[in-house]
Amino acid sequence: MTDSGHGNLLSVTDLRTYFETEDGTVKAVDGISFELKQGETLGIVGESGSGKSVANLSLMRLIPNPPGKIVSGSIVFAGRDVLKLSPREVRKLRGKRIAMIFQDPMTSLNPFMRVSKQLMEVTRLHLGHTKKQAREHAIKMLEHVGIPDARSRVDSYPHEFSGGMRQRVMIAMALSCRPELLIADEPTTALDVTIQAQILELINSLKAETGASVILITHDLGVVAGMTDHIIVMYAGKVFEQATTTELFERPGNPYTCGLLRSVPDPTDEQGKLYQIPGLPPDLAHLPPGCPFAPRCERAEEICRREFPPYVQLTREHYSLCHFASDVYTKSQAQEGNR
Amino acid sequence: MEDEKPSLAPLETGSDPPNRRIGPEYACGEEDIGGEVLAGTSLWRDAWRRLLKNKLAVLGMVIVIAIVIAALIGPSVIKRATGSAYDFIPKDQALTKSFPPFRGPDGKFSWTHPMGTDNAGRDILARVLSGGQISLMVALIATLVSLLIGVSYGATAGYLGGRIDDLMMRVVDVLYSLPYVIIVIVLLALLPAKTPTGQLAQLFLALGAVSWLTMARIVRGQVMSLKNQEFILAARATGVSTPKIIFRHLIPNTLGPVIVYATLTVPTVMLSEAFLSFLGLGVRPPRVSWGSLAAEGAQSLAIYPWQLIFPGLTMALMLFSLNFLGDGLRDALDPQMRKE
Amino acid sequence: MLRFIIRRIVVIIPMLFIVVSLTWGLIRLAPGNFYTGEKKLTPAIEKNLREKYGLNRPWYVQYGKVLWNIARFDFGNSLKYEGQSVNQILFRGLPVSATLGLSAYLLALFVGITTGTLAALKQNSWIDYASMVLAMIGISIPNFVLGPLLVLIFALNLFWLPPALWNGFPSKSIVLPALTLSAIYIAYIARLTRSGMLEVMRSDYIRTARAKGLSETQVVFRHALRGGLLPVVSFSGPALAFLITGTVVVERVFALPGLGNYFINACFNRDEPLIIGIVAFIAVTVLGFNLLVDISYGFIDPRIRY
Repeated sequence: MTDSGHGNLLSVTDLRTYFETEDGTVKAVDGISFELKQGETLGIVGESGSGKSVANLSLMRLIPNPPGKIVSGSIVFAGRDVLKLSPREVRKLRGKRIAMIFQDPMTSLNPFMRVSKQLMEVTRLHLGHTKKQAREHAIKMLEHVGIPDARSRVDSYPHEFSGGMRQRVMIAMALSCRPELLIADEPTTALDVTIQAQILELINSLKAETGASVILITHDLGVVAGMTDHIIVMYAGKVFEQATTTELFERPGNPYTCGLLRSVPDPTDEQGKLYQIPGLPPDLAHLPPGCPFAPRCERAEEICRREFPPYVQLTREHYSLCHFASDVYTKSQAQEGNR
Repeated sequence: MEDEKPSLAPLETGSDPPNRRIGPEYACGEEDIGGEVLAGTSLWRDAWRRLLKNKLAVLGMVIVIAIVIAALIGPSVIKRATGSAYDFIPKDQALTKSFPPFRGPDGKFSWTHPMGTDNAGRDILARVLSGGQISLMVALIATLVSLLIGVSYGATAGYLGGRIDDLMMRVVDVLYSLPYVIIVIVLLALLPAKTPTGQLAQLFLALGAVSWLTMARIVRGQVMSLKNQEFILAARATGVSTPKIIFRHLIPNTLGPVIVYATLTVPTVMLSEAFLSFLGLGVRPPRVSWGSLAAEGAQSLAIYPWQLIFPGLTMALMLFSLNFLGDGLRDALDPQMRKE
Repeated sequence: MLRFIIRRIVVIIPMLFIVVSLTWGLIRLAPGNFYTGEKKLTPAIEKNLREKYGLNRPWYVQYGKVLWNIARFDFGNSLKYEGQSVNQILFRGLPVSATLGLSAYLLALFVGITTGTLAALKQNSWIDYASMVLAMIGISIPNFVLGPLLVLIFALNLFWLPPALWNGFPSKSIVLPALTLSAIYIAYIARLTRSGMLEVMRSDYIRTARAKGLSETQVVFRHALRGGLLPVVSFSGPALAFLITGTVVVERVFALPGLGNYFINACFNRDEPLIIGIVAFIAVTVLGFNLLVDISYGFIDPRIRY
């Protein structure tokens, strides 16, 4: 990845979002930092419960409060700290400059409202469209995302569309105002495999066309591989590894990432055995003192259970949260050499 | 398309009306609690712990227990202390009229009648407590009747499934939309029982017979979700008979929602009893209930308001506490709430 | 849609038949007659009476006549209010009951939905707790206790409002009865609205609406209310049945000349034509209203197809 000279569109520093629950404080996002340049795509990968969705809802200040609260950190978007804006100013960002696509298109559209109305709502709000303009725009957007016969289907209700079509509607809605940042939270998880590829392809081409930056959240490494410039691996509310996509896939510097990579099915493997990281993600309200991944880690030693690991810089753009980051990195470099 | 026909929302006074389409809170019938029941006592201990955390529910429980104990032993304690029962009319002419609370015949403060007396000089506290006995008894027995009908009906429909289930639930739908209170009024007005006890029995049956519908729906939903689980399949595979499966395996596993709904049925039935007694169709003299006492009290409201206020508010307090207890139980046992 | 309506109307007819037959059967099975209880009648007078009211005919003829009357919506003359037809009494009592019920229900809708929505939006705030405790009190105070209490306070002590009497709508005389009748519905609707709104406010599509940049007010009014009020809509069916029960009590407490009062008197007087007339009327109203509620679902929730 070359530095194209653009400034950072988004830069998140030490973001912490906590939830107060009966069992105690759940540190869903606990001190994450990352940057995103204009036109770039960032992948955020992690198991469910790793805090990746919460992190992105925090970007738009959509964390339900109570019980959730952004405790500290800064989110600088286009030069201004989102966390310091008034609610009114944040609303001007939402839907206009930062847009979001959610995981489940079945439930993310209002079932009681015609699709046309839901689409028109955004442009009328942010672009000041008249009813007529907004309607034409809605139809154009639907055509754009590949909904056949958009003019006659624009007045349908969401339940009259299939899952893939609904996700296309969501994308049309998100891109209505040409946002600078598009956050796609597991956009393909709820869809059939064949549809998944189409939706990803759509996001990619629209991104190329509008020059928007994209944050793609997923638990599936396969999804991010072809789509992203950078990848962040999250675990237990923390960034475990951060690198360019090629670097991460070829020379991972963290045992957790290695585990994730191994659990991607490999069609060339004759044995066809699937690897699975043992154990379950930890309880975020009661984290052990050491490395949160230690109980599940093959590489764990005494120190991992005792001390919190350091955030080690491996190359200029490659960081890893591990006591043995350099060891793991060297080993994967060696493996790469063998291949 | 048959499934999407809107269901008639049920008649129910204790809680939000369940509806098949809306919200998980209402969908407790569809919710699968099988696995947790298998987990054994921890479910009940968990629920109990959660219930204790709910202050209003605990307060409700304490008040319910207090009123029940007072109603059970109060009348005999008063009889021991003063020598007079709830229907004791004093011989002394000067005493056969209504006195305000804490006032003796001379108009001075007195402990004898903390709630005052009624038009015949009978102690209202004793009458309220005795009325409580009847009200509680009617509510409990009628709830049991509704439980008996509702659980067996719902479990049978849910277990058998298919066309029989369709038919049985259609009957429930039809009954839901009948103005049953009107029929109960006609029934009780036209068929007065010969004895006060007979009248009570009629009340149990009439109230029980009209309040089992929601219970049947809830149990059916539970059974439907339980019946394809392994332990039922195993029982069937080993040749256990159908009634035995229903009564030994299915019904015990629907206990949570049934208890919750039964708790919420008690105040509903109690209210219906009072309503009928108020109209002069329920409990008859010499027996009294909170409803019949309130009806009596309402007659002389302008001059002797305490005759209405005490029985009325006692009853309201009981219903209030029962409702909070029932709500608390539902929250404690509702698996949907647990996920949050 | 049309097929659904027709099918439902077809179901109403047998249900009406069942209700009426049940009532008629009860009246006939009950020992005694409408003229018993008063003085002992001589056999000659009794025979005349029986002939006059057709009681000497076989039961199936009488039953057939009842059904025929209902089919024509003409229930004959009242036995107690001599010279008055049941229809006259129905038309006299109905406006009173309908005015009372409707004003109570509208009041309940307005107050209940407002409080419930506020409580849901400010979940766990003092507004929420206060309104939910108040709602529980509303559910727990029987209307025959609440009515007299209100009379005691506002009529007998403060002299603001009349304790009884009926001057129609709008007048001061409707305030206390309507308030008494609506208390429990306010409470119910507030609770239903609250739980419905809480449910909806947590849903994904509300998150989407927020992510679009809509203000909280717009989110609530444009997106949340419709789904959040579905439970209230489904409650309006049973609510009518409750309202009817409620008006019986309230009309009694406030001595209003409504259908409920006529009905109770008719039951005690064994005024057969009047009982059957009122029962049939109530049954038709309830069944018809339930049908309306079901149809209205289709307009509110586009996912429902008949």
